[in-house]
Amino acid sequence: MNAEPMNRTGEPVAAAKGEVLLSVEHISLRFGGVKAITDVSFDIRKGEVRAIIGPNGAGKTSMLNCINGFYHPQEGQITYKGVRRARVKPHQAASDGIARTFQNVALFKGMSTLDNIMTGRTLKMNRNFFWQALRHGPAMTEEIAHRKVVEDIIDFLQIQHIRKLPVGKLPYGLQKRVELGRALAMEPELLLLDEPMAGMNLEEKEDMCRFILDVNNEFGTTIALIEHDMGVVMDLSDRVVVLEYGRKIADGTPAEVKADQAVIDAYLGVAH
Amino acid sequence: MFYREAGQFKSTYTADMAVFPILQDRIGIAVILLLAFVGVPLIGNDFFTTTVMIPFLVFSLAAIGLNILTGYTGLVSLGTAAFMGVGAYSCYKMTTWWPDMNIIVLILVSGLFSAAIGVFFGLPSLRIKGFYLAVATLAAQFFLQWAFVRVPWLFNYNASGAIEVPLRTVFGVPITGATASPETRYFVCLCLVVVLTWLASNIVHGRIGRSWMAVRDMDIAAELMGIKLLNAKLLAFAVSSFYCGVAGAMMIFLWYGGGEAADVFNIRLSFNVLFMVIIGGLGSLIGSFFGAMFIAGLPTILKFGLPAIGIPLAGATAEHITFMLVGALIIFFLIVEPHGLARLWQIAKQKLRTWPFPY
Amino acid sequence: MSDVAARPAPNLLANGWVKTGLILVGVVAAAILGARLDGSGTLYKIFIDPFEQMVSAPDLLVQTIWEGLVTGVLYALIALGFVLIFKASGVFNFAQGIMVVFAALTLVGLHEKGVPAFLAVILTLGVMFVLAVTIERVVLRPLVNQPDIILFMATFGITYFLIGFGESVFGGSPKQMIADQLYLPKGAIDLNILGGLVSLQKIDIAAAVIASIMIAALAVFFQYTRIGRALRAVADSHKAALSVGISLNQIWVIVWFTAGIVALITGIMWGARSDVSFALEIVALKALPVLILGGFTSIPGAIVGGLIIGIGEKMGEFYWGPLVGGGIESWLAYFIALGFLLVRPQGLFGDKIIERI
Repeated sequence: MNAEPMNRTGEPVAAAKGEVLLSVEHISLRFGGVKAITDVSFDIRKGEVRAIIGPNGAGKTSMLNCINGFYHPQEGQITYKGVRRARVKPHQAASDGIARTFQNVALFKGMSTLDNIMTGRTLKMNRNFFWQALRHGPAMTEEIAHRKVVEDIIDFLQIQHIRKLPVGKLPYGLQKRVELGRALAMEPELLLLDEPMAGMNLEEKEDMCRFILDVNNEFGTTIALIEHDMGVVMDLSDRVVVLEYGRKIADGTPAEVKADQAVIDAYLGVAH
Repeated sequence: MFYREAGQFKSTYTADMAVFPILQDRIGIAVILLLAFVGVPLIGNDFFTTTVMIPFLVFSLAAIGLNILTGYTGLVSLGTAAFMGVGAYSCYKMTTWWPDMNIIVLILVSGLFSAAIGVFFGLPSLRIKGFYLAVATLAAQFFLQWAFVRVPWLFNYNASGAIEVPLRTVFGVPITGATASPETRYFVCLCLVVVLTWLASNIVHGRIGRSWMAVRDMDIAAELMGIKLLNAKLLAFAVSSFYCGVAGAMMIFLWYGGGEAADVFNIRLSFNVLFMVIIGGLGSLIGSFFGAMFIAGLPTILKFGLPAIGIPLAGATAEHITFMLVGALIIFFLIVEPHGLARLWQIAKQKLRTWPFPY
Repeated sequence: MSDVAARPAPNLLANGWVKTGLILVGVVAAAILGARLDGSGTLYKIFIDPFEQMVSAPDLLVQTIWEGLVTGVLYALIALGFVLIFKASGVFNFAQGIMVVFAALTLVGLHEKGVPAFLAVILTLGVMFVLAVTIERVVLRPLVNQPDIILFMATFGITYFLIGFGESVFGGSPKQMIADQLYLPKGAIDLNILGGLVSLQKIDIAAAVIASIMIAALAVFFQYTRIGRALRAVADSHKAALSVGISLNQIWVIVWFTAGIVALITGIMWGARSDVSFALEIVALKALPVLILGGFTSIPGAIVGGLIIGIGEKMGEFYWGPLVGGGIESWLAYFIALGFLLVRPQGLFGDKIIERI
């Protein structure tokens, strides 16, 4: 996975990019007796691509779920934009600018690509029920303004041809792309990507990597991603945090992490 | 050959976002409206208007109401009849409070009462999902049905225990009551249904409709997009119950004309409306009309159509056969096309688009 | 099968919704009471008088509980049919209620046509088997892999078809159950307890006994036979069951037939208490609150739920019903279930729902 599009130009990699956007401090999450996450702390800085890696069942997805308020950790705290967050609801996280894609595509299957991405604009639309019912005047103006934004996203992701198709019938790679589009439509400050490249072939992966880098470079969106493909992780990310069995075992630049003995043990196993 | 969209280019988003983007569809709708407004009163006799057209319109509106809840928001309700009943009884109470008020306004306002009750019974929907919710709506059905019979205040303590529809005129023309002509009642029904359908179509095509469908398809993801689940669900309950309530008021005031047994808003009616929605197509407004046509029309056709072509049927037998047929047809349609008549209609249009050279 | 594992009780008051709900209920109750507290003693009638009656006339209380218990057993039997089918095929079988009526009607109808009682039972079982095969062939097989709601609606279709079919074959008028010919006990046992007379119908006792035997038999069947194991496998995962060579179609026929047998027994018992008519259909809907109380997949849940609903609604009707003009039996069950559901959305014995994404 050292293909062309992923070489980053310009900035030196490990340089800290601006101030801390989100910091996770001593988070623990349990389901009944099962410990999903134990005492994990790390931070995400503005404008960086932060990777979360680890073997299956390491608690990566649970970590993202905690960040956008879908799970509430029993211990620890999450600070976002300098504000400590106590038991946020998912929709509050969304209005604070945290968007998300899912490991198993969670699109609205009965709706068209266009409608799916338009859903991402929900928070930005505020015409009330009565204008909506008339669908003329302000409601229509608003709808058209947002349609323009959505069309830009569709252009950016090169999915013009599937604009009006119901997403349930699209191939997996395209669904992932539509899902990214839906998250982008929210104009997030922090974008959480849960295995954006799972189940894709090489070409699709390259496309997706390009989109992620473009989003990061052009819109300055901070990205946290979970990925299993080490090549992708090493090339894309500025910093990497490694989880194993719900604990953090390493944190640093890709090069540092790659050399870390605990990480090598976790991935290759230890001789006992 | 004649149904093509070739050559119809859209140059604005407005044109692309139209409900009927294809010219031929717009012509079709215009023709249907023309038929409904001019054709039916011209050629139809009183019998046709009262036993076929008015029930069809009333059920269409109720089906649209339930479709908003079940088809668009994914919340199954078995309490439709009760919400219709709330509309009917609140309309009745209002006619006694304000005898001089325009009856059409009252019918619309009675929908608001129904909406309020609907929101109340929709509150459990945040904690309860799927079939559990369906059963929870039965609580609304049986409780309200009980109230309609046991709370005499609702039917003004009259002896029959049923709503007695008073005579009300608008601009001197009797709309409800014994002297209202079938044509007038039909026109009122038609206007209400057309306007409300247009509003419903606007709502489901906009932001609100999208958030409903998002809740239906993947509620967790919808919440992470910033949609407040409770608000979306309660709004769906409110709008849905509003439509059902108006349909219920129309049913008593413009169709039955009172004098019926108190127990019209029973669970059977709820089921029937649900069938209309499923057979017509979940999440399709036009499907609601198809479903209403099918379920409301079938008994009438069997009852009056079969004897007309020489097959004698006793009343009771006709009813049994209707039951069997409706049951069998429900299964048949579910097997042939689980997405309902609306999907069949779409497929037909698609075929027509490429006809006569499908390849 | 029982999954009542020790689970830390969730702090309900921490949930904003429960709190809001409780406050709301409190406010509403206070408002209603306040408005009517004008010396007429409504408060007394609601909160004190019924309990005083219970204490002062314990025989009536026992009688009411017994009535509720028996009704509850019958609800539980209908619910049991639901649970069997839901576990094995994931179908929410709305037609279970009508299957009860249909089975009873077939039995009585055959007997009316001159078939000896026990032969009629066997023939009815045959009819239920044919029904199970037909449903599997005509409805379930073509609809395999469709969303739940579609299958749910299909069982509505079955309901309507069976109503129409039953009525055209056997007529719509209510019929007498052939209780005597089946050697079901008649009359009542009058017990002299608690200073009063409690009358227990023998048929009710028989119903409770037969229901217990049947439930035990089903439990044994599920636990110890090859087919029972296959059934449990299917309940866990259709695909996994298919992959080890279990025939889904065969399982479905068996399950629907079992539900048919349960329906027949329920029909006999219920028919012997009142009469056999399609009015039973509405009563059969009461199995739904039982289900949401007990959880759709739990047989113990169906039984406990049935008893709670049965006793709850009889007590409610007897002690509180007169305050609002009676007839609250028609909806009380749903509200009891709803109340439980707001606290435990997965039902009494249902598995805890952990949402994953």
